[in-house]
Amino acid sequence: MRTSAGEGARFQYSSDQSLLVYFEEQGKQKEAGGAPDAVGTGAARPLQNRITLKANENVRRLLRLLEVEPVAGIRNLHPAYCSLLIKFDAIRMRHDEVEAILRKYLERLEDVRLPKPRRVEIPVCYGGEFGPDLAEVCTLHGITEAQAIELHASVEYLVYFLGFVPGFAYLGELPKELVTPRLVAPRKRVPAASVGIARNQTGVYPFATPGGWRLIGRTPYKMFRADSDGLSLLSIGDRVRFTPISRERFVALESAWG
Amino acid sequence: MGVIEVLEPGLFTTVQDLGREGFGPLGVSPSGAADAVSLRLGNRLVGNADGAAALEMTLLGGAFAFPDGAVLALAGSDFGAILEGKPVEMWTTLEAKPGQVLRMGPTRSGARCYLCVWGGIKVEPFLGSASTHILSGLGGYEGRALKKRDVLTIGPANRNEKKRTGKNACSTGGAGIGGKRRLSAQALELLTPRKVLRVTEGPQSDWFSEAAKKTFYESTYRVAEESNRMGIRLQGAAIPAPAGGEMISEGVALGAVQVPEGGQPIILFVEQQTTGGYPKIANVISPDFHSLGQLRPRDEIRFEQVDWDTARALMKEQEELMASEELISE
Repeated sequence: MRTSAGEGARFQYSSDQSLLVYFEEQGKQKEAGGAPDAVGTGAARPLQNRITLKANENVRRLLRLLEVEPVAGIRNLHPAYCSLLIKFDAIRMRHDEVEAILRKYLERLEDVRLPKPRRVEIPVCYGGEFGPDLAEVCTLHGITEAQAIELHASVEYLVYFLGFVPGFAYLGELPKELVTPRLVAPRKRVPAASVGIARNQTGVYPFATPGGWRLIGRTPYKMFRADSDGLSLLSIGDRVRFTPISRERFVALESAWG
Repeated sequence: MGVIEVLEPGLFTTVQDLGREGFGPLGVSPSGAADAVSLRLGNRLVGNADGAAALEMTLLGGAFAFPDGAVLALAGSDFGAILEGKPVEMWTTLEAKPGQVLRMGPTRSGARCYLCVWGGIKVEPFLGSASTHILSGLGGYEGRALKKRDVLTIGPANRNEKKRTGKNACSTGGAGIGGKRRLSAQALELLTPRKVLRVTEGPQSDWFSEAAKKTFYESTYRVAEESNRMGIRLQGAAIPAPAGGEMISEGVALGAVQVPEGGQPIILFVEQQTTGGYPKIANVISPDFHSLGQLRPRDEIRFEQVDWDTARALMKEQEELMASEELISE
């Protein structure tokens, strides 16, 4: 494995035209991932067994810096919980050259000012046909649907990153009482705008895709629109709250967004 | 500017160019031609820039009418094309006279055939590219595969190479580049799609046991029916999952070979998810990406590991070949 460390990060060759930067966890930081992700993976992979807020903040800082001061030859960036995949023009640059440039960027991370987080409210009609897994989630946790809805809507979530498909925001952390494993057999088709939970994460499916998250509701909002300026309703670093709405309100909002 | 009328769409035909790079932070993968080498060469045969948009046909080709005529080339796999009743060659410049029809059938070789037209296919770009992203329904022609009776617009041709006059300029006087072009036999041989895919190690290679890696490198895998532009699913000897539990989602590279539960590998392809949570045992090298685009269901493939320097040398070799002046003769 081609791997090296420096500036609080570790570099790993990912393909012949990409490189992964992993940010180290630091023991005393608040552990955002919580128990379900802390499945013991041993010392061999210290960087990949927990989601930490600090690591993600570093991902966002490096992403920001690379967006504000782009590097010629770097062609794409895939941020995630505690890593950033960097794709580059490999005819023009070698992995070690990209790494050397990134080390300089990493030295400056502390000075990067992240934009003030936007606060976004997303209305959700919970349960029923929109949330076919809500009843089972409640059974698993021994709570009522009303309690589950209240819990899901009770906290402010961070958009750790957008990934998987266009506009899919990985949101955390779910209240402990709602932490639930993925479905054993993923659905072949999850309806667009479904709100799901998996482990300590929650998110909204922007498009009809296969998916293994447990569906608890649906939003009338469009998460990704080619005809809107930002394209995606949510951006990395945003803070999100879900607001329970009635079926009638859902119908009204959906037609307004049509 | 002429048009193309879709008489038969074929099994799965989309508008593709070289994709949209740079939107990973939005979760948008590049999409683009599954066999970019064939697209680039097909475009050169009609005098287009390498990245002009063309039609990508899959396994079974369509039938297309050219009411105003067009200069064409077919690149990639041989779909048995017939122009106005006469078989036509692959990898060379063709001319459709006004009203003529080009018909294709089932593939005789690999998975994809590109129909390139002088001027390219004109669609509203999405994030700077004409490529169709099927899953999100964005880009290309209405964000979807072509249907019967769709009408595509041919873009304005590059007029620098040869001055043309009159409204039927496209249909008179042969190729857009002023003559017939042909791909050299040597280039065709060097660019033949491979069934032994060369890979570098993946970011989680050392999570896998030696036995797991041995299985991966020594087994033959079969391309599953449900493979598509998002991922090529393989069937064969199961690769034992690494011990130690789930990993956290991270960015994934084009050509990554991920091993989900169950141990049947999936190669992430052009319309890939941008992040994923399965460990990657290997990554197909970029000079072999075009070979991925020609894999058909039930094809049998193997993997061969190369080191980073070899991968780099092979990449340069392919780019040098693509840049060579002897590649295409007039």
